[in-house]
Amino acid sequence: MKILTANRLTDGEAVWYSTDHSWAEIIDRAELAQDKAAEAALEAVGKAAYDDNLVVDVNLVDVEVIEGAIVPNRLRERIRASGPTNRNDLGKQARPQAA
Amino acid sequence: MYRYDEFDHDFVKARVAEFTDQVDRRLAGEITEDQFRPLRLMNGVYLQLHAYMLRVAVPYGTLNSKQLRMLGHIARKYDKGYGHFTTRQNIQYNWPALSDVPAILADLASVEMHAIQTSGNCIRNVTADHFAGAAADEVADPRPYAEILRQWSSVHPEFSYLPRKFKIAVTGAERDRAAIQTHDIGLHLKKNEAGELGFAVYVGGGQGRTPLIAKKIRDFLPEEDLLSYCTAILRVYNLHGRRDNKYKARIKILVHETGTEEFARQVETEWAELKDSQLTLPEADIRAIEAYFAPPALTARPEGDEAIRLARLDSKSFSEWLDQNVTTHRHPDYAAVTISLKGIGEVPGDASDSQMEAVADLAEKYAFDEIRVSHEQNLILPHVARADLKAVYDALVEIELATANSGLISDIIACPGLDYCALANARSIIVAQNISKRFASLERQRDIGELKLKISGCINACGHHHVGHIGILGVEKKGAELYQVTLGGSGDENTSVGDIIGRGFGPEEITDAIETVVQTYLALRVDRSEKFLDAYRRVGPAPFKEALYGGEAKAA
Ligand code: HEM
Ligand code: SF4
Repeated sequence: MKILTANRLTDGEAVWYSTDHSWAEIIDRAELAQDKAAEAALEAVGKAAYDDNLVVDVNLVDVEVIEGAIVPNRLRERIRASGPTNRNDLGKQARPQAA
Repeated sequence: MYRYDEFDHDFVKARVAEFTDQVDRRLAGEITEDQFRPLRLMNGVYLQLHAYMLRVAVPYGTLNSKQLRMLGHIARKYDKGYGHFTTRQNIQYNWPALSDVPAILADLASVEMHAIQTSGNCIRNVTADHFAGAAADEVADPRPYAEILRQWSSVHPEFSYLPRKFKIAVTGAERDRAAIQTHDIGLHLKKNEAGELGFAVYVGGGQGRTPLIAKKIRDFLPEEDLLSYCTAILRVYNLHGRRDNKYKARIKILVHETGTEEFARQVETEWAELKDSQLTLPEADIRAIEAYFAPPALTARPEGDEAIRLARLDSKSFSEWLDQNVTTHRHPDYAAVTISLKGIGEVPGDASDSQMEAVADLAEKYAFDEIRVSHEQNLILPHVARADLKAVYDALVEIELATANSGLISDIIACPGLDYCALANARSIIVAQNISKRFASLERQRDIGELKLKISGCINACGHHHVGHIGILGVEKKGAELYQVTLGGSGDENTSVGDIIGRGFGPEEITDAIETVVQTYLALRVDRSEKFLDAYRRVGPAPFKEALYGGEAKAA
């Protein structure tokens, strides 16, 4: 399974393309691509958003759904989704909605 | 300290205006990311995992209190209340919004600072001994030459698009505290028999995926030939350095593949054309730049000895700090103070906004307004009267920056690693924190003695792991973090690249592995005077391998 992620142009904030077709600051509602066709669709969305100067560094990343939560396979992406592991007062994990 | 002249002011102001315009156009969608990326990199703006990152140059690691206060102000106003001092004597902010960067650069310019040439394939910030101008063992202050190099290399038209980045380091003492042999050019300022100043010139050192120790290509280069000779080196590199392969593009590869002798010959040939050209530095110009770095008026403060004697009796912790973090000054009444940014369990190199401001206040009050950033990610007050050391210590205790661990195992260099860096394979910070906590006892650390532990989160080696007495390199194996240990590296006048000791260790095992290495050393050292590095050089890797992997080999 894959999801689409990027950093927002204006402030670099890590964002995920979500089921409501917005770029959300949290990973929770990211749109899941279950097959090649869905991946291609996400890729097209990413390219369009990049071309529109909304986001930069656009990538599809591998995830699993564990007990209803989206969990990226790579530690790198898990850190992007929550924040530095050495300080939980920084990044997404520090925000109320991430709890 | 160097002060901007009219030209510098105008140049930095013009650059801020130019980049402000570029950011505006980018945010308005008038230029694409592909067009913008090289522009932002030229101004120190990277994109990391969580946000943009801004790298601010601290030329040869020298700051005044106004500048450090501004760095604190920027951390508070535009970032998340802290900054990260790096092995390149710079500071990085981890969370700035692109839209705020123009304002940050304008604030920096107001205190004669900038982020120019902190990225890209150009000549980067020139680094220098952090005790420059204060060290008792120094021939002369290396910073005037670093400043001359900075002026010469700033937006140098010929050398702005080199095959790869280019780093120059300068030291003015036999004891190399600037790791010059791991730089593209390393300059060792010294005097010849006639008492004239000049440089031993090293070229082709570097870390990264191919660690190589610089080769000496000249034993004595007269000071007036500094720029013509460096130009000759850069011309040879610019012409022959490999542009086809990023991993082979550094000058170290060229020197290695060409051979030192042949490379030196090419430089000499090029130099024959340049020597005695307008690149020759007029004596008056050198002395004029030198005047900016004139030492402060260090008045006699002979009461220091008695003050210290009494304070030592009064406070054991002060006494320990004095022994560990205070370095001999060339003036007997003064000392250089290392402010450890390595509190036990803290992030190496991080300082909060209020800590920066407090250190700025201390520098203003007790240290002639000077602060240095060391490549070991600490701050230095280079000139403190010994009579004031207790007051400085007490103030540092207040802001939790009085850890007496300079040069000990918890004085760890660590790069940002996977907690921030987009290129990382593994985390570095947490490894440093865990090791620091394991060896929390300063008494034990002192018993272990000098031990330089350095950690990088990928093979780019920003954390200098190749030259750590103990080096730790984070790699990714099958999606998990793995830490490779190297032993016997050193980044001083006897530079060596550490040996990879064997298979790597998982995040849960690495602290124990370091403990094993340290225990092995303690068991085999001749006595307390034999430092870790000396012991390793005497016995080699075998006992350490046996201790780390012996059981496995037997089981297999
Ligand atoms: C955070 C973003 C960073 C990026 C993208 C980055 C990138 C790189 C790369 C690609 C290299 C390898 C260059 C080569 O071998 O040609 C390198 C080397 C190096 N970097 Fe970084 N780095 C970063 C942060 C840092 C930090 C925080 C420091 C200081 C603590 C630092 C200091 C160095 C040093 C000392 C080297 C090795 C010396 C050399 O051979 O150039 N870098 N970096
Ligand atoms: S060594 Fe690797 S992980 Fe560490 S800062 Fe450099 S590029 Fe990033």
